[in-house]
Amino acid sequence: DIISTVEFNYTGDLLATGDKGGRVVIFQRERETKSRPLSRGEYDVYSTFQSHEPEFDYLKSLEIEEKINKIRWLPQQNAAHFLLSTNDKTIKLWKISKRDKRAEGYNLKDEDGRLREPFRVTELRVPTLKPMDLMVEASPRRIFANAHTYHINSISVNSDYATYLSADDLRINLWHLEVTNRSFSILLKLVIDVKFSNTENVGSCKSWRWFHVELCVLSAVFEEPEDPSSRSFFSEIISSISDVKFSHGGRYMMTRDYLSVKVWDLNMEKRPVETYQVHEYLRSKLCSLYENDCIFDKFECCWNGEDSTIMTGSYNNFFRTFERNTHRDTTLEASRESSKPRAILKPRKVCTTGKRKKDEITVDSLDFNKKILHTAWHPTENIIAVAATNNLYLFQEKIN
Amino acid sequence: MFVRGLKRKCFDGEEDIEGTLAGIKAIPSYNLQRQSLLDMSLVKLQLCHMLVEPNLCRSVLIANTVRQIQEEMTQDGTWQMINTQSTGQASLDRLVSTDILCRSSRDQAEGKHVPGYGTFSKDFETDQAQDGSETMSTASSVQAPRNLQSNVWEMENPQENKGNFQKSLDQIFETLENKSPNSVEDLFSEVDNSYYDLDTMLTGMMSNTKMGHCDSLETFSSPTNTASNSNCKSDLNDLDHIVEILVES
Repeated sequence: DIISTVEFNYTGDLLATGDKGGRVVIFQRERETKSRPLSRGEYDVYSTFQSHEPEFDYLKSLEIEEKINKIRWLPQQNAAHFLLSTNDKTIKLWKISKRDKRAEGYNLKDEDGRLREPFRVTELRVPTLKPMDLMVEASPRRIFANAHTYHINSISVNSDYATYLSADDLRINLWHLEVTNRSFSILLKLVIDVKFSNTENVGSCKSWRWFHVELCVLSAVFEEPEDPSSRSFFSEIISSISDVKFSHGGRYMMTRDYLSVKVWDLNMEKRPVETYQVHEYLRSKLCSLYENDCIFDKFECCWNGEDSTIMTGSYNNFFRTFERNTHRDTTLEASRESSKPRAILKPRKVCTTGKRKKDEITVDSLDFNKKILHTAWHPTENIIAVAATNNLYLFQEKIN
Repeated sequence: MFVRGLKRKCFDGEEDIEGTLAGIKAIPSYNLQRQSLLDMSLVKLQLCHMLVEPNLCRSVLIANTVRQIQEEMTQDGTWQMINTQSTGQASLDRLVSTDILCRSSRDQAEGKHVPGYGTFSKDFETDQAQDGSETMSTASSVQAPRNLQSNVWEMENPQENKGNFQKSLDQIFETLENKSPNSVEDLFSEVDNSYYDLDTMLTGMMSNTKMGHCDSLETFSSPTNTASNSNCKSDLNDLDHIVEILVES
């Protein structure tokens, strides 16, 4: 099924994906074994469960999609793992735990779970724990529902481990993880107008940092003055932000709009400190991209652990990385043909001039149905997860 | 993918259409392309509205595109040109007929009755705050999608179409307005409405795109469009607070 979200957990050992069918698949990184000390751990399936089912809202007479819009891990506090997954309307807290023991010898029920006849219970015994095959269970612990009028587009966990935010186009809700029947609501104008405060309140700017909210903002306090000469009917649409990510260090923020990625210093709202063109060659095609709705595609972006490289997706299953220090950028492709296991990815290039060199791809031959919207970077290592429609690709840096 | 020489605004502006002769030749084509962009946007908008729950962001962006095109059409005199042939009817509920701009000059010279668009911006501003004319101003700000479905080259009688346009537009904006579900009204029933009216905001945003996000999108709006924006801004000064915190259950 089409993958709709990808997220590493805090240590990078677990990778969760959500898909259009409401399923969550969690991959776990295998520990390096003694026999293969130099090989990096690979990711294998750890758990699969159905997080959301399609629902029908009888009041409004509409079907609620089961597609998982976002997954967010909670910081791990004990042996179990917790994550939040959300579709358009409902957020669920899932507990994923391992079970390798089973209790046997219950007094009141048989081994298969049926209640025993009372007269058959002739003696009392203490149930014993017996080992069993390792099983990973996922169980829903909380369901947070009925708090969003529009479609939930993002959730974000606070560093206090107790509260989190959920946002749709008009509203941000603040939840406590323990409380499902109440939330604090912030209603916003238009889409989102996140007030990062003016320069006087730089202090409060920091207090928003824990939000890590990825919102679609039409207008933000962080606003770059528009260049009037490049204005077109599509200016507004392409400047609409599809993803926001704070840097790990907390000083910077990255925004993704249709054609570029911008890095902002949180202390300076006037203009971004860095701008990277993702696929500028599409600027002359905006009209047909509007026609086929591609102009509304929401690409995500992500930082590497050290905040030195940023990554984002494009069309034709291309994704791009930008090194901030060296200003080097790379275009890579996530496809079966070009990604044999353990093979090194070959950089790709889109031909923007008339003359096409060998191995280059012309803009017109790009496949706009193959879009890489969701990408994730391991929190500490150079391992990236790239979702290409219904395939998940994991790439890692080759160590010589 | 594209015909050369058209749509200089869609492209990267390399097409140089300066010079009178070249300009005259290019302008009809540009208008045609702009028109088709407008038609496309309206079709999209209508499709959006057919969903029970439209994607808010997308609807707003498309509606804004429509508004921009209409503003440009007003400003570069395309509508003024049409207006000179009208019988002077100043009715607010005249709607833009999409085929007007596609007519050849010969047909226009035949004196078909054409709604005047000249007072579009002005009427819009004065009627902004009035509830009653909300549908009027929204009607005049968006073209009738129903007309799109028919052949755009048909020489339809604008008079007859007025009623149809109005009706289908009303339907569209009605469905949009009703997207704010009753549950939301219940949630805010205890809120001081004079301070922040959700219905007005949602309605205003959907049906009256200028009103809804004037000051937010100020930097994005056309540089030539200042009058309407400043009017919007003054209306929204009462809504000083962009963010309102509500306790909810």
